[in-house]
Amino acid sequence: MPRGPFKSVETKYMEEREAALTALGRLDRRAFLKVSLATAGVVAAQGIVNPQSFQPIRVASAAEAGKGEPFRIAYISDSHLYDRTINDRFVNSLMRAVDDVNAMSPAPDFVLYGGDLAQLGQARELDLGAQILKNLKVPVRMMVGEHDWYLDMGEKWRDLFGPPTYSFDHKGVHFVVLNSVVEKDFWTARKLTPMQRMKTVAGLDNGMQSSFTVGDEQRAWLKKDLEKLAPTAPLVVFSHSPLYKLYKPWNFWTDDADEVQAILKRFKNVTVIHGHTHQMLTNRIGNIHFHGMLSTAWPWPYAPQGLPELTVQMSRPDPFDPQDGCGDGQITVHPDGLVDKLYNLWNRNPVNVERSYLASKGTRNKPAASTLTRY
Amino acid sequence: MNTRLPFALLAVLAAACGGALSESASSGTPERPTQTSATNPGVVPTSTATSGNPAPPSAPNAPNAEGVDVLLCDGKTKANFATGTPGNQIASALMNEWLRKNPDAHWESNERASHGLQPASDNKELVGKASPGQTYGHISEQDVALWKIETERLALAGSRVFHSADELGSTVAVSCDMCHPHAENTHPETYPKFQAQLGRVVLLRDMINWCMQHPVRAEPLSADDPRMRAMEAYIYAQRRGKTLEYGKH
Ligand SMILES: [Fe+2]
Ligand SMILES: [Fe+2]
Repeated sequence: MPRGPFKSVETKYMEEREAALTALGRLDRRAFLKVSLATAGVVAAQGIVNPQSFQPIRVASAAEAGKGEPFRIAYISDSHLYDRTINDRFVNSLMRAVDDVNAMSPAPDFVLYGGDLAQLGQARELDLGAQILKNLKVPVRMMVGEHDWYLDMGEKWRDLFGPPTYSFDHKGVHFVVLNSVVEKDFWTARKLTPMQRMKTVAGLDNGMQSSFTVGDEQRAWLKKDLEKLAPTAPLVVFSHSPLYKLYKPWNFWTDDADEVQAILKRFKNVTVIHGHTHQMLTNRIGNIHFHGMLSTAWPWPYAPQGLPELTVQMSRPDPFDPQDGCGDGQITVHPDGLVDKLYNLWNRNPVNVERSYLASKGTRNKPAASTLTRY
Repeated sequence: MNTRLPFALLAVLAAACGGALSESASSGTPERPTQTSATNPGVVPTSTATSGNPAPPSAPNAPNAEGVDVLLCDGKTKANFATGTPGNQIASALMNEWLRKNPDAHWESNERASHGLQPASDNKELVGKASPGQTYGHISEQDVALWKIETERLALAGSRVFHSADELGSTVAVSCDMCHPHAENTHPETYPKFQAQLGRVVLLRDMINWCMQHPVRAEPLSADDPRMRAMEAYIYAQRRGKTLEYGKH
């Protein structure tokens, strides 16, 4: 590349955006109609256009034979709210996500909230979160995270949102929501106060805490809940932590993941959507496809010990852009239970991880890799 | 009373007197490490030294029918004991009192247990290498142990600041670990480098201060602020074994 004048990241970004807009102008009407509605919704909502995200995936998948039609849900996760008077940045970010979802056209069938609504599990944080989420035009399904739980062991959260473990059916797909942040008691012996317990768990790199589990009780419940389903039934599981073992020191990990996976084994296809990792993260273990969610508050670094083979790394977040690496997203659920997972990275181009990418073990439809990956 | 008392006090109280957060080992010109070691735990057992009498610590230096006042080496903690109280009881009573007043006394081991730390080099291969008259003339096991402990202590102090919004002075309750668990993604080995967003060459400390002012919303630290020195120590410690690649993006 020829040497040019110094260009800031922002300048380069605006230039790329300009180029993309020009390219879009060259698309004819036919080509334009191939554009994914899902992507277009996001793109229009944030004023970013990039031909790369206009792959005609959804057209192909919609034509697939199946019992039902594919449908779309949205997700928002890991907002980590402090009280507004302490820190309004995270509050504003959650409101941005709510605006994103409300701008989706057509509207999603429902929204999944992925856990860690609060930062320190305090009533005023959870109340504030609940209040902001009320602005969503479509129903919300809530999942609990460790930051919501360990001040009062979920009392306030359950008050607001009900039991953390439940299941429901939607358009022929069975959905299960788990509380995967159950830790064994590390606080009684050390005589920790509730706030000390909460702060210990709230430190991602705090090794005084225990590992996340789903636990015997919920596993028994899960087994029973799934009993009635045929092996071909489309099944989607929501859990806060990844239901596999990636990196124990940060609880990118569920200690009884093997047992949970064993329960899911008899199904043809299972999709697990998880929060907690605050990053683009993709994995497949046999019949189970795993997708992470973005956080609205901050991105976590990738685990130092390596990533699942199928993970498409998100671009290295730019610290000078306070919301870079953050965002929300969409999930297109197909009748077979597999999903296209769209990461709506704020201020960047959205990245769509299609079911065909995972189903083909990464040989088809690989999303464009980012140029700047982790150190 | 017996002659073991001073030794008991010395052993127990060394923790109290030498355990406070300090950078003592890093100050001054290079000394023979054994000397540093010997001067570090400043044990001044019991005497308030009202008289020039070099009495043993257990002796009644202020004759008093009700017993003996014993002062801890911090110069503040003091208690009265009946004459004839065994030395180990005096030592543990004073130590307990000191711990009660200093609940943070075990901060080092707590910090290590909470957040872990990459170990400093142990320099074991240097032990016993004699070359009389040199600064590193004769290196003992105690020397290398001391170097390691003191170095890790500075890094642990940094870990504590790094993980505490209060110590950082954040006005928005944000601490470094919220984006950099275990100091991940701090890549100190890439500095100095041209920071494109700032349009100039920066050092690690410049980026620490950038984070202080922006995500953390705190006052920037001066380069010799103990918190800055400690955080630099911690961040470098955590990248142990990484190749230096200054200028890398
Ligand atoms: Fe989170
Ligand atoms: Fe979490």
